[in-house]
Amino acid sequence: MTHSTATEDRSAPILSVRDLHKTYGRGPSRFDALRGVSLDIREGESIAIVGKSGSGKSTLMHLLALLDQPSQGSLLLDGQDTRQLRGARLNRARNKTFGFVFQQFFLNGSQTALENVTLPLKIAGVGRRARRYRATNALEQLELGDKAKNKAINLSGGQKQRVVIARALVNSPRVIFADEPTGNLDTNTGGVVEDILFTLNREQGITLVIVTHDEELAARCDRRIHIRDGVIVDGEQVAA
Amino acid sequence: MNAGDLIGTAIANTFRSKARTTLTVLAIFVGAFTLTLTSGLGTGINRYIDDTVAGIGADDVMTVTKTGEASADAEDTGPREYDPDSVVTGNGPAQDSVTLMTDADIQAIGDVEGILEVEPVKSVQLDYVQYGDDTPYVASLGGLVAGQNVQLAAGAEPDDGSTELQVTIPVTYVEPLGFADADAAIGEPLTVAVTDGAFTQHDVEVTIVGVAEEALAAASGTGLVANQALEDDLYQLQSTGLPADQLDRWAEATAWFDIDLTTAEIEELKERLTDAGFAATTTADQLGAFTTVIDTIVLVLNVFAAIALLAAAFGIVNTLLMSVQERTREIGLMKAMGMGSGRVFALFSTEAVFIGFLGSAIGVVVAMIVGTAASTFLGGALLADLPGLTIVAFDPLTVALTIVLIMAVAFLAGTLPAARAARKDPVEALRYE
Repeated sequence: MTHSTATEDRSAPILSVRDLHKTYGRGPSRFDALRGVSLDIREGESIAIVGKSGSGKSTLMHLLALLDQPSQGSLLLDGQDTRQLRGARLNRARNKTFGFVFQQFFLNGSQTALENVTLPLKIAGVGRRARRYRATNALEQLELGDKAKNKAINLSGGQKQRVVIARALVNSPRVIFADEPTGNLDTNTGGVVEDILFTLNREQGITLVIVTHDEELAARCDRRIHIRDGVIVDGEQVAA
Repeated sequence: MNAGDLIGTAIANTFRSKARTTLTVLAIFVGAFTLTLTSGLGTGINRYIDDTVAGIGADDVMTVTKTGEASADAEDTGPREYDPDSVVTGNGPAQDSVTLMTDADIQAIGDVEGILEVEPVKSVQLDYVQYGDDTPYVASLGGLVAGQNVQLAAGAEPDDGSTELQVTIPVTYVEPLGFADADAAIGEPLTVAVTDGAFTQHDVEVTIVGVAEEALAAASGTGLVANQALEDDLYQLQSTGLPADQLDRWAEATAWFDIDLTTAEIEELKERLTDAGFAATTTADQLGAFTTVIDTIVLVLNVFAAIALLAAAFGIVNTLLMSVQERTREIGLMKAMGMGSGRVFALFSTEAVFIGFLGSAIGVVVAMIVGTAASTFLGGALLADLPGLTIVAFDPLTVALTIVLIMAVAFLAGTLPAARAARKDPVEALRYE
């Protein structure tokens, strides 16, 4: 791994933020979640955003994933200012560019694994047959082909998280955001899920943004960003 | 998300919370059931009236009378001046007077713009009718105007083209006159008696060609219906011996107008007749009061159904609000995955519309089954005296309209929860515990 700082890299960053501020509330209840964060994320790298709860790391992830608007500062996706993305274009960018893996899975328990995985394709308006084919492929890639017809609620924690990864993967995203992906799993299962994520990063070149307070997981990433009280504290470390 | 997937997803979501959906559907079912039955009642009764309208009068015909000068002021409760040409009609508070018309008046009516044809109504006062030597019975007589018809229990209508003296008798006269049944009366001779101007009674032999059903409203009321030949013959007899100045005096005339006239144009025509000193009543006028009463009753019943539907609409609001609350995280996830607010709104309103569709479709179908059963039962028992009346009838258009209306109400009820779902912020929704 020879990644150095973003500014010296040859490839243009997929996500680039400058002086990002995010404020919630007004007056006495005003809370500054982010107070000037600048960061470049290059295509194909894995990056860990580390910090305690309330440090602003989740807010940063939400802004990077275009789920929220910054109060101040700029966010470029592929060099394009995301403030210009509105309505249908914003939705398309979310749908095509990002995949999400959440600690609490956010699966629809009453639906089958396959149905859960098809959701992003359904939202994208992909036809029924293509949807089925791609979702089955994604599940097989995660060795869950035999669980496709099982209700999500009947799966084990590790299986659930693999379904979630299949769902994040099914639309061939460029970036996968993982919010405490192993937080609800035991060490062994967590390790398996981590391996899957880093394999995807390595073999398919999918950019990985992991939000965690688990130092071990963070250590496996190319870079770690430490956030405390809404600012980056120890810069962009080069992975060991 | 394309439209097909949207509807499919919405329907699947509806069945996710079965108990809640069932209860909401039940509430709508009650409203739809009531609405279908009450409007079915309106359709049934009004259809019956429409069927019997032809008995009351044709669409292109009006009854014209000459307004008595004294009767012009309804407010005036004082004694009226005597008018030698005036005859009093009605009794008690309904008392009114019309002035007898002469040939000149008939001519004048015919001259009014818009009147195609006018004919005096020759009213004949029967003394009695009698079959053979059996008991004579009092009866009245009326004629048919083109476009009118008699609802027959047996036989045929009197033929105006025939020179034979023909008559139909009401079904209530069959037995008293001494016939075994309606069919037995057909072709039998009947003696009709009239008194002329010199107080001499004349007997006329006529042929019974038909037996009329006892209808809610008919040309003849409860009387006999004669053909033109008999009517002329009897009138001739009745006028015998009258002083010359009393001949050819009529209380009313029948006037024809263009059947294509609009309601407004008919009003104008009546206006012109009024200016000429006549009063005109169309079939619609006579029916007006009748249908107004029934429409009002049906309207009141429909209001009750509407109240039930309103309550059901709040049920939909409540169900979907709970659903939106429960599925906050799912909504957030879908929005994070690029589902637009418009689509989220469409998803939840489709759920509302589907609940509305379920409730209304089931309600309408059950109401049609119950209504048809009740109608058959009542038709055979309670309402057997009104043949031809289907108390609850269903018009496919009205039924379809009921379903569409309820779906529209459901959509409106769904807009509040759907808007709430559409407004959800993905970040807030995903953070929601």
